[in-house]
Amino acid sequence: MSAATWGWLVLLFPLLGSIFLGLTFRVLPQRIAGLVGIGAIVAAFICGIAALISLQGEPHDSRHVASSLWEYASVGGFTIDLGVYVDPLSVFMVLVVTGVSSLIHIYSYSYMKSDAGYTRFFSYLNFFVFSMLLLVLAGNYVLLIVGWAFVGFASYALISFWYSRETATKAGMKAFVINVVGDIGLVLAAILIFRELGVIDYGAVFEAAPEAFSTNQWEVVAICLLLLVGAFAKSAQMPFHTWLADAMEGPTPVSALIHAATMVTAGVYLIARSHSLFELAPTAADIAAFVGLGTLLIAGTIAIVVTDLKRIIAFSTMSQIGYMFVAVGIGAYSAGMFHMMTHAFFKALLFMAAGSIISAMANMQDIDKMKGFRKAMPFTAAMLIIGALALSGFPGTSGWFSKDEIIDFASFRGGMYEWMAIGMMIGAFMTAIYSFRIIFRILPGKPCEEAQHLIDTGHVVHGEPVNPKTLEPEDTDVGYPGEHHHIAEQATGMKIGMSVLGFLALVGGLVQIPGVTEVVTHFLEPTFEDSAFVGLHPTVEQAWIGLGKGGLISLAGIATAWFLYIKRPDIPGKLMNTFRPLHTLFVNKWYGDELVDFLVVKPFKGFGSFSNRYFERYVIDGLTAGTTGFVRSAGVAVRDLQTGLLRGYAVLMLFGIVAMVLYFLIRSI
Amino acid sequence: MAIEWYIVLSAMLFAIGFIGVLVRRNPVVILLCLELMLSAGALSMLAFSRMLGDQDGQVMVLIVLVVAACEVVVGLGLVVAMFRRRLPLDVDEMKELKG
Amino acid sequence: MVEVAFFAGATGAIGGAIAVVALRNPFYSVLALVVHLVFLAGIFLLLRAQFLAAAQIVIYAGAVMVIYVFVAAYVGGIEEPKFDSSPQLRIIGPILAVALFIQISIAVLGSSLTALGTEGTAKVEAGFGTPEAIGKLMLEDFLIAFEAASVLLLIAAVAAIVLAGRKRESKAS
Repeated sequence: MSAATWGWLVLLFPLLGSIFLGLTFRVLPQRIAGLVGIGAIVAAFICGIAALISLQGEPHDSRHVASSLWEYASVGGFTIDLGVYVDPLSVFMVLVVTGVSSLIHIYSYSYMKSDAGYTRFFSYLNFFVFSMLLLVLAGNYVLLIVGWAFVGFASYALISFWYSRETATKAGMKAFVINVVGDIGLVLAAILIFRELGVIDYGAVFEAAPEAFSTNQWEVVAICLLLLVGAFAKSAQMPFHTWLADAMEGPTPVSALIHAATMVTAGVYLIARSHSLFELAPTAADIAAFVGLGTLLIAGTIAIVVTDLKRIIAFSTMSQIGYMFVAVGIGAYSAGMFHMMTHAFFKALLFMAAGSIISAMANMQDIDKMKGFRKAMPFTAAMLIIGALALSGFPGTSGWFSKDEIIDFASFRGGMYEWMAIGMMIGAFMTAIYSFRIIFRILPGKPCEEAQHLIDTGHVVHGEPVNPKTLEPEDTDVGYPGEHHHIAEQATGMKIGMSVLGFLALVGGLVQIPGVTEVVTHFLEPTFEDSAFVGLHPTVEQAWIGLGKGGLISLAGIATAWFLYIKRPDIPGKLMNTFRPLHTLFVNKWYGDELVDFLVVKPFKGFGSFSNRYFERYVIDGLTAGTTGFVRSAGVAVRDLQTGLLRGYAVLMLFGIVAMVLYFLIRSI
Repeated sequence: MAIEWYIVLSAMLFAIGFIGVLVRRNPVVILLCLELMLSAGALSMLAFSRMLGDQDGQVMVLIVLVVAACEVVVGLGLVVAMFRRRLPLDVDEMKELKG
Repeated sequence: MVEVAFFAGATGAIGGAIAVVALRNPFYSVLALVVHLVFLAGIFLLLRAQFLAAAQIVIYAGAVMVIYVFVAAYVGGIEEPKFDSSPQLRIIGPILAVALFIQISIAVLGSSLTALGTEGTAKVEAGFGTPEAIGKLMLEDFLIAFEAASVLLLIAAVAAIVLAGRKRESKAS
C-alpha cells in the first residue's frame, strides 16, 4: 500500500475511536473504553510506522506523496481537495504524536480511573489526536486550518474537562479565544496565499512562491507574519502566551499531551512546513526567532519563582518552544524538529511524574508544601530526576543533543545570531536552575505529612475535594475530579507510560550524535532540500565544542540549584527580599494577563458598552421601536374607526363611493 | 323629456334615500329608505332602457322588484326577531361590532 | 304635456321621499313611501314601461308596503330617542350624500353621451313595455334569471318563517 493510504488509515483510527466512545459513553464499562482509546492510537502509530517504511522505500527525490479523497469545496474555478501530504516531515510528526499519545493514553488508563467522565475523556483525547494528525497530514492550507481549529476545540474541551469547576471553564474559554485570534491570522494568511499565488496545495504553493515573490516583498512578509500570529497563539509565545499557564486546570494527562508534546508544537510545524515562504521573507523569520528568544528568557525567569508545580512545568514548555521557534526561524529546521521530539519525551514525562506527586498530595499543587518524596515515591522520584536531567541538557541525555544543536547553528550563522546563541545559553542556565529547583525542593529532606502518610500506611492521603487554586470546596460528581487519586507506584498504566518515556528521554538523543548518527537530519532532508540552509551546518568539531559548552552550562545550573536549595536554603528568601520588585514582576508572569486585559479586553468592553448605550439604544432600538410604535399608533388610529355604529359604517361607505366617483369625474376631464 | 332629467331625478331620489339610511335610527325606517334607493335605481334603468329602445332594462327592473321584495321580507323578519327578544329597536344600540 | 306630467310626478316622488326621511312616526313614513311609489309609477308610464308601472303598484305598493304596515303596527311606533350618540354623523352623512348627487348630476349632464339629450330612440317597436313583450323576453332570453328569482322568493319565504318563528324553549333570550 502506498504511503498515502497509510496516511489515511492513521487519520481513520483515532476518529473512529473518538466517535465510538462518544456514542457509547453512557453504557461502555471503563476498562473497555480505556482499551478502545489506547487501541485506536496504537493502531495509528503502527500505521504511521508502515507509512514510514513505505515512504523510505521511495527514491530520495520523490519522497512525498499527495493523495486526495474528494473535492472539499469548489468555488468559482478554485478547488480545495480533502487531501493529505505524506512526506518525511509529516511522518516524523505523526510518529512523535502517536507514539507519545499512546504512552499518555496508557498513563491515563490508570490515572483517570476514578473519574466519572472517564469515557468522555478518552473520546476527547482521541479526537484531539485525530485533529493533530489532520493538522500535520493536511495537504493544503485549508485542511491545515481545519485541523488547527479542531485542535483548538479539543484543547478547550479537555482544559474544561472538569466543567463544573469555574476556574477550569474560564481557562478553557481563555485558551480558545486566544487560539481563535491565531486562527484569524492563519485564515488571512491562507487568503493572501491564494490571492497572490492562486493555489492552496502545499506542492503547488511552494513551487510557485519563489517565482512569484522577490525576497522580502511585502506580500510574502505579510503572509509569513500572519502565519506567525497563528503559530504564536497556538504555541503560547509572546504576546499570545497567557492561556498556557491557566491551561493547567485540565487533568495532568491533558497537560502532558496537549500542552507539552503536541498541540503547542503545531506552530513550529507550521513554520517548518512553510519554510519556503519564510526563506523568501527573512524579516518574518527573524521576527519568529526573536519572539522565540524573548519568550524563552521571560518564561525562564517566571519558572524560577512560581510555586505551582504544574505551572513551573508549563512555563518551562513555553521556554523550550521558544527554542524551537528560534531554530526554525534561523533555518535549523531539523534541529528544531529534533528538539521537539526530545522535548515531547521529557516534558510529557515531567508532567506525568508531577501528576503522580500531585495525587499523593491530594490534589495540592504548591511546591512550598511538598518535601521528602524521595523515600515515599521512589519510582516517581527517579522519573522526575530523569526528566529534569533531560530538560537541563545534562550530558548524555536527549535534551543535551537537541538543545545544543540549535545553539550551535545559531553561533554558526554568526552576526546577530551569535547574540541569540548567548541568549539561549543564558536560557539553558535558567532551565537547569528551575528544573532542579523542583527536584531539590520536592524530593530530599524530611517528608511532609502527606509523604509521611504514604510511607506509613501505603495509602495516599485523602483530602477534602477542593479547587487547588481557590481552595473552595467541591463535589466529586461528574464535572469534578474523582475522589481517589492514583500514584505511579500503585498503578501499572502509569508505570508503563512513564518508564518508556524515561527510557526515550535518556537515549533518544543518540539518534542525532554529530558526526556519528544524524538520523533525524537525513530523514528530514527530502522535505527541506529546497531550503537555503540545507548545506549549512557547523562542522563536527564545532558541534562537539558546542556540546561541551552546553554540558558545562547545564552542570553549572544544577550546581547553582543545589547551592540555593540544599546547601544554603536561606539565600532564595534573602534574594527575594532584596529584589522584591523583580520578584513581584516574575511571579505575576510579567503582568502578561494584566497587559492583555488593559490593551485588548478593556477597549473591547468599552466599545461594547459604548455601542450599547448609544448605537443600540438610539439607532437600532429607535428603528425597531419606532417602527413598532408607528404601527401601533396607526393601529390605534384605525381602531377608533371601529365604533360598532352601523350608521358610521354606512357613512364610511358613502365616503368611499363619493371619493371614487370624484376620481373618475376628474379623470374624465 | 330628455332622458337626462330622469337620471337626475333618479340621482336625487337615491341621495334622499341615502340620507334617510344615515340619519334615521329605527330599523324599519332604514329599510324603507333602502327601498327608496332601490326604486331610484330602477327608475334610472328604465330611463336607459327607453333611451336605447331595448326592453332588457325593463326585465331587469322586474327582477329588481323581486329582489327588493325578498330583501324586505328578510329584513322585516329580522326586525320582528329583534322585537321578540326585547332588544331595543335602535341601530345605534347594536354595537357588537365595536372595537 | 309630457313635461307637466313629468314635473308633477317628480314633485310627488320627491315629496314622498322627503316625507319618508323626515317624519318621526314610522307608520307615517310607510304611508309616505306608498305615496312616493304611486307617483313613481306615473313616471314609469312616461317612460313607456306600462307593465312595470302596474307591477310596481301591485307588488310594491300593494304587497310589500302591506308587510311594512303590518310590521310597523306590530313593532314600530317607537319615537326616536332624543339622545344622539354621534351628532357628527347627522351632518357628515347628508353632506356626503348631496355631494354624491352633485357628482352624478355632473357626470350625467356633462356626459358626451348625446343620446342623453334626446328623448330616447325615435322609434320604439310596437309592443315596447307591454306584458307580452316582457313575458316573451323573460321566458326566452332571461329564463334562468326568471327561475332564479322564483327560487329566491322561496328562500326568502323560508327565511322569514325561520327568523320570525316562535321562540324555541332551548333558546335563551
